[in-house]
Amino acid sequence: MAMNENRTENAEAERPQGVLSFLTWPFAATGRSFIGWVNHMGAATIFLLLACLKVFRPKQLSKIIQQVYYIGASSILIIMLVSLFTGMVLGLQSYHALVKFGAQGSLGTLVALSLVRELGPVLTAIMITARAGSAITAQIGIERISEQIDALDTMRIDSLSYLISPRVVASIISFPILTAVFDLIGIFGGYVSGVLLLGANAGAYFYRVQESLELKDVTDGFIKAVVFAVIVALVCCYQGYFAHMREDSRGAKAVGLATTSAVVLSCVLILVADYIVTSLLI
Amino acid sequence: MEQPLIEFKDVTKRFGPRTVLDRVNLQIFEGQVTTIIGLSGAGKSVLIKHIIGLLRPDEGQILFRGKPLGEMSKAEMDECRAGMSYMFQDNALFDSMSVYDNVALPLRETTNLKKAEIDRRVMARIEQTELLDAIHKYPSEISGGMQKRVALARALVTDPRIVLFDEPTSGQDPIRKNAILGMIAEYQRRFGFTAILVSHEIPDVYFISNRILALYRQKIVFQGTPEELELFEHPFKDEVIQSLEGLQQELSSLYSRRQFKVRYYTQLKRDTSEKSYVIAFFTLEGMSGLVAGLGHDAAQEAVRCMGVLIDKHFGAVGGFSARRGVNEFMTVLPYSDLSEAGEILKNFVQDFSGQGIRDISAQAIRRAASGECVEFTIRAGLAQGRPAAGMDAVVESAKARQQEVARLQCDVSKG
Repeated sequence: MAMNENRTENAEAERPQGVLSFLTWPFAATGRSFIGWVNHMGAATIFLLLACLKVFRPKQLSKIIQQVYYIGASSILIIMLVSLFTGMVLGLQSYHALVKFGAQGSLGTLVALSLVRELGPVLTAIMITARAGSAITAQIGIERISEQIDALDTMRIDSLSYLISPRVVASIISFPILTAVFDLIGIFGGYVSGVLLLGANAGAYFYRVQESLELKDVTDGFIKAVVFAVIVALVCCYQGYFAHMREDSRGAKAVGLATTSAVVLSCVLILVADYIVTSLLI
Repeated sequence: MEQPLIEFKDVTKRFGPRTVLDRVNLQIFEGQVTTIIGLSGAGKSVLIKHIIGLLRPDEGQILFRGKPLGEMSKAEMDECRAGMSYMFQDNALFDSMSVYDNVALPLRETTNLKKAEIDRRVMARIEQTELLDAIHKYPSEISGGMQKRVALARALVTDPRIVLFDEPTSGQDPIRKNAILGMIAEYQRRFGFTAILVSHEIPDVYFISNRILALYRQKIVFQGTPEELELFEHPFKDEVIQSLEGLQQELSSLYSRRQFKVRYYTQLKRDTSEKSYVIAFFTLEGMSGLVAGLGHDAAQEAVRCMGVLIDKHFGAVGGFSARRGVNEFMTVLPYSDLSEAGEILKNFVQDFSGQGIRDISAQAIRRAASGECVEFTIRAGLAQGRPAAGMDAVVESAKARQQEVARLQCDVSKG
């Protein structure tokens, strides 16, 4: 409460007063935002490092398995559904584009490479963010504002070790597996639309898939999945864990905004990271 | 002089420009029940959050057994906090876990006990806090009172040496409030932990507290026993105690102790005729049996009924009564002597033995978790005094002269 009042008073103090202040205010505000951003980056890095270090503590295995079930196993149906239709749309669009050049035999190559290199890791990460990431932020945020995390601290249960570490590890385990599922079902989706519905040659489709895919494509896809897993787990857990320190709102509203921020930021960072990782791996 | 277990030295805490604690000095002693009283928003919760380490002071020192917390190594700090437990004002229960899992959590996560041992300890606490029916329910499926008891069970399951209770009775009805306070007092006696309470349940907390700390305008303005607080002259008393303490005590509908004294002074002390008065002192014996057989709520219901009966009987002949302790009451019969008071008491005992004690039993059983057979005894004593002399000596004399006046036996309760 006192902190909230303090924030309001600080906001009052920050409003421009006088001509000089009015002119310098945009620079001051930009500076403050930048400092705030640097602070968050530093805090998030420490947060991630501590969470990773605290994985190696007793009694973590059961929590990790629970989170793998929640983040991974429970997401499998939605991943299968999305990947099936992604593959089907890819097959449909590619077939009509390739048929103009008489290259419909390359349908398998196009579908497989698109999915394994790019669409699989990216869409899997975005789907998990929407399904599990948002729930992680909301759950941790509610635990924070209802003093459940403080209660853990008073019971000498390390909240980072109890809440965050298992989720980070579970994400790192789940993302590549779900990406693999996405790739497989997506290739099958391309087969359904390209071969079964549009009449492309089935043998050529699977031959091209097998021939065009190299181990590097698959491992690159998994590397991306691991990078996205760390990003999603970090952003979603961080937003929830520090929901009570948001400057724009408090209480339940803060949890709502933290959840929105977590999803938006995760999606943006996934796409940015995708470009960076691709450029490093290519 | 005894070394305090916890000591605050000039502790200041600010949230932005607002100072919540301003050079607070206090001592908390081992094995005692210490209650921090003050108005809502005075900073009581902030104060005890400093003890458990959820907040750190901006200035000043907190000493644990004479050693500043700030100078402790991590291992020392861990050891210091290992024996502490904290019960949150809003319970802070994990809403995704059942009652059992909430209580078991600290044992599962911080000890290497076997599953069977954890189960034994958890079930013992759940039984003591009368939560057996709610064991598989989630916090959202049980009442606020039950949630409080779950929080209490969780706080006590690790057998802590120091337990901090942040408003343990907030949002409870008078019976439940006193049941929770009674539970804290009973466990404190049984296990010998140091209890630190934040409360504004005045005067109910006086009955269980060894020491009272008064937080007023960011400072501790009083430290001492509840009796010493009665003699304390300070604006705190007018502004805080009078606003928190109703004319009548919530549980028993009797005068609070302070109001009792006010009436004593206004009716007897100012009377210059020096007529004598008599104090009747009553004790309900067998509280532990009542608690064990019927539960804390039923025991408090028995105390409440007894207070109501005493007030009804003696109020009709001009007497005024107050609760003196957890299971003790006193009544002043102004302008009486021992023979007259003896007759009044005799009539009371007749009524009480005939119907009163059965009413107490019936009310208690109605509130009980189980319908077990219980026995209890009512003792009463009389002593005569004069307004010029102090009342406390007369009260002690009446207490010393108590005799058994009524007894409830099992066959009566069954009948």
